[in-house]
Amino acid sequence: MSKPAFVYVTYIRTTPEKLWAALTDPQTVGRYWFGMAVECDWKPGSPWRLEFRDGRTADSGEIIEAVAPKRLVIRWRNEFRPELKAEGYSRCTMEIEMAEYYPDFGGRAVKLTVTHEMEGDGTKFIAAVSGGWPKILSNLKSLLETGDVAFELGV
Amino acid sequence: MDAVFRALADASRRELLDRLHADNGQTLSELCARLDMTRQAVSKHLAILEEANLVVTVKRGREKLHYLNPVPIHEIAERWIGKFERHRLQALSDMKRALEQGSKP
Repeated sequence: MSKPAFVYVTYIRTTPEKLWAALTDPQTVGRYWFGMAVECDWKPGSPWRLEFRDGRTADSGEIIEAVAPKRLVIRWRNEFRPELKAEGYSRCTMEIEMAEYYPDFGGRAVKLTVTHEMEGDGTKFIAAVSGGWPKILSNLKSLLETGDVAFELGV
Repeated sequence: MDAVFRALADASRRELLDRLHADNGQTLSELCARLDMTRQAVSKHLAILEEANLVVTVKRGREKLHYLNPVPIHEIAERWIGKFERHRLQALSDMKRALEQGSKP
């Protein structure tokens, strides 16, 4: 395995089960992922697809691992920008763990780690997704902790 | 959030974040080689940055790689920057960058 291009971590006051549901339920995904729709049955080997509200495919790939409520690995390629698509597939890993103590909460929290590794050189792809993830993650955190997101409109 | 502000209130730690921003996923030795700080000092600063979740580490074989984690900074921005101001601020910061680049000799 190559070295991850980036590693993002957020701590969320929730349970691993609720976080897993938020990562896999299409209705919930749409709320924090700028209205994107996700299509997948979350079984290893199954196709995975992220689509814009108008039905165009944004990204696609396949599920490599899905262990609820702990670990999700997606083979992931951009489909709507030719220069990013040309860079090929990345591997996105989402890991859910219990953190025993997180100072902001003074107690237990769920730690979500998101990493992306490229199979080849993916400078443009990594630049594009690394900018999007912090927004998605803080929206997701806000949704799980307060029931609402900071901003819903598309990027 | 207190931990984030404490961690950022130090020029050496901001320098370390700048180094990771330029080249993400470095070992302690790589970071030390490019800085005028002792290994102990870099290691102590990294521990404070990790505590604040601004730096995340990943084990790769025998190596420990350090990554800049911008998520807490984004959460702070989110808290005070309203959704309606966001685009105007982006436009201002794009303009500032364009003007500053344009004024270079």
